[in-house]
Amino acid sequence: MEFALLLGIPLCGALLLGLTGGRREAPDVNVALSLGTFIAACALTVRVLQEGNLVVGREQFFIDPFNVFLVVLTAFVGLTTAVFSRPYMRIELAHGRIGPRRLQLYHGMYQLFMATMLVALTTNNLGLMWVAMEAATLSTVLLVTLYRTPASLEAGWKYFILCGVGIAQALFGTILLYFAAERVLGAEGVSALLWTHLVAVKTQLEPRVLSLAFVFLLVGYGTKVGLAPLHNWLPDAHAEGPTPISAVLSGLLLNVAMYAVVRCKVLVEGSLHSSLPSNMLMGFGLLSVVLAALFLWRQKDIKRLFAYSSIEHMGIVSFAFGMGGAVANFAALLHMTVHSLTKSAIFFAVGHAAQKAGSQRIEDIRGLITLNPTIGWGLMLGTLAILGLPPFGVFASEFLILTTAMRQQPWATPILLLALGVAFAAIFGRVQSMVFGETTARRLPHQPALLPVFAHLLLVLSLGLYIPPYLADWYRAAARLIGGG
Amino acid sequence: MAGPSLDLQLLNTCAAILLLLSFAMLSQRRIVSLVNLLALQGALLCIATLLLAWRTGQTHLYLSAALTLALKVILLPWLLHRLIRRLEVYWDSESLVNTAGTMLGGVVTVVFAFGLAQPIAALANTAMRNAIGIAVAVILLAFITMITRRKAMSQVVGFLSMENGLFFGAMSATYGMPMIVELGVALDVLVAVLVLGVFFFQIREQFDSLDLHHLETLREDQ
Repeated sequence: MEFALLLGIPLCGALLLGLTGGRREAPDVNVALSLGTFIAACALTVRVLQEGNLVVGREQFFIDPFNVFLVVLTAFVGLTTAVFSRPYMRIELAHGRIGPRRLQLYHGMYQLFMATMLVALTTNNLGLMWVAMEAATLSTVLLVTLYRTPASLEAGWKYFILCGVGIAQALFGTILLYFAAERVLGAEGVSALLWTHLVAVKTQLEPRVLSLAFVFLLVGYGTKVGLAPLHNWLPDAHAEGPTPISAVLSGLLLNVAMYAVVRCKVLVEGSLHSSLPSNMLMGFGLLSVVLAALFLWRQKDIKRLFAYSSIEHMGIVSFAFGMGGAVANFAALLHMTVHSLTKSAIFFAVGHAAQKAGSQRIEDIRGLITLNPTIGWGLMLGTLAILGLPPFGVFASEFLILTTAMRQQPWATPILLLALGVAFAAIFGRVQSMVFGETTARRLPHQPALLPVFAHLLLVLSLGLYIPPYLADWYRAAARLIGGG
Repeated sequence: MAGPSLDLQLLNTCAAILLLLSFAMLSQRRIVSLVNLLALQGALLCIATLLLAWRTGQTHLYLSAALTLALKVILLPWLLHRLIRRLEVYWDSESLVNTAGTMLGGVVTVVFAFGLAQPIAALANTAMRNAIGIAVAVILLAFITMITRRKAMSQVVGFLSMENGLFFGAMSATYGMPMIVELGVALDVLVAVLVLGVFFFQIREQFDSLDLHHLETLREDQ
């Protein structure tokens, strides 16, 4: 029941808002629908806590400790982003950057995007997961091009083609996986792509085929995670689309793609008994961290700056999953959570800051703190949090990852530390000049919604200080599930 | 000693023509002809699926053949032709640099594809295991087509051709994916083409052309 609501609300919402999303009250409806989804996700969590893992819908969907917290996180950030986008899109409408028809498209696609991500997270069928991931790309392409500027069209085209080609590789990987599984599980019945069945027989899967499959799956889903050198679409898509979309792309879609990679890694590692998947994840992760840290220095656009920061953090997560083992997996899951909360909070603050300054260029945004202290402090605190300063949650997860790296992969620790330092200097310097200094900002026609920013930061702060026992248990159970190391 | 049966020979012929069509796409300049080649590739896929269905007696392959016929032979080419008419790019062709070099690269790619498919083909117990190499080759050739083209429309045709290769690969290695996945993939492809249709009009409205060199301004050092 909760499960049907979880997927049903956003799907029906997409239909409803796709037809009526241009009306004045549509942003409120969008918030209400997202709230409904979030409540359904919470109810589902309570049920999983009481009854353990769930398998529903003829085994096509399942919930285990690994995906349940991502479902709640996705529904939560979906809700707060809807709250943020309510005044944000109204201001865009008032500034004449979009018309009612585009608002209709925006709202319909927003709900559809939420639905596809929730399907990708909860499906048990690796084929359906692919379908949902591709649908997530398709539903956001037209959102990236919402402003119809030349730059946004280019970003949308890049996003479509690069992710399309990438995800085609993942389909080939899925076919290979099916091919290997079919030899063990039999062609009759559709169980050969069901994760719960695959994981039971993972040691019997043909290693040669699976290692080939993993290369394709990692390149495919890795493109969507934004792992270097496949990251080219990410900064453009984040910078040119409307800011609520940047927030959900960075905070949610990257996580969902990472989830897909890790699911595949578990299967492949079980069959291979070698360190190939781990090494590949660590290699791609480290490369992403280093490249992103270097590119951060060249950014002049505030949204591009934080898009590169997302690449860096997904690199850290990927590196941690690559190391494997209970602690690293725990830290990676925690990092996914806090990064997603912090980064979306930053995008909320950046969105209103850019609206106030009338530009996304860093040098045009000055003195936020004098005109609107809440936006200024929100951005500053968010930046400090994402840079890994204690006592925020990002510090806790990065600390765990670095200490594990010192023990398991000592050679990588200096590289990671250096990259984190370089990124710190690049981001902090730019944000500091935006927050302090003479002001250039103007008044906005609607009161900006800053509650989500501080709600997220508060959560990240409390995760840094104290992780509730049930959450820690979850992370531990999920880390065990992922295994490795 | 008897040679392979007639239907198997026919299947292998289909696979060979499929590969030939990929090369034809690589060298075709006119956009309308590219779409026609894509439709032809779809038709061949449909025939191959039907032959395979008849040979193995698996009912879901008949369904999958029907899906291919509806989507790849009729609907997608029709949509693309309609787009070409509405966008008035009927006579568009593009100047390909160094066709001979591209073709040579294609030949090398095919050799590489067969090497890549070797371990899979060795394990497959389907009738068409030799075709797996061809499927990988079609995917890679479509990839080259996408890289060497500058027009948005030709890149999309390359993208769809890649999907054809994937479909053919799934068919020759495992007699197709489960029905629910095939339906989902087909839906995604259809939606992708519809989204692109909207997208093309946006690009044209903005730049008066579908040439992708307009879309190369977002660089790191701007």
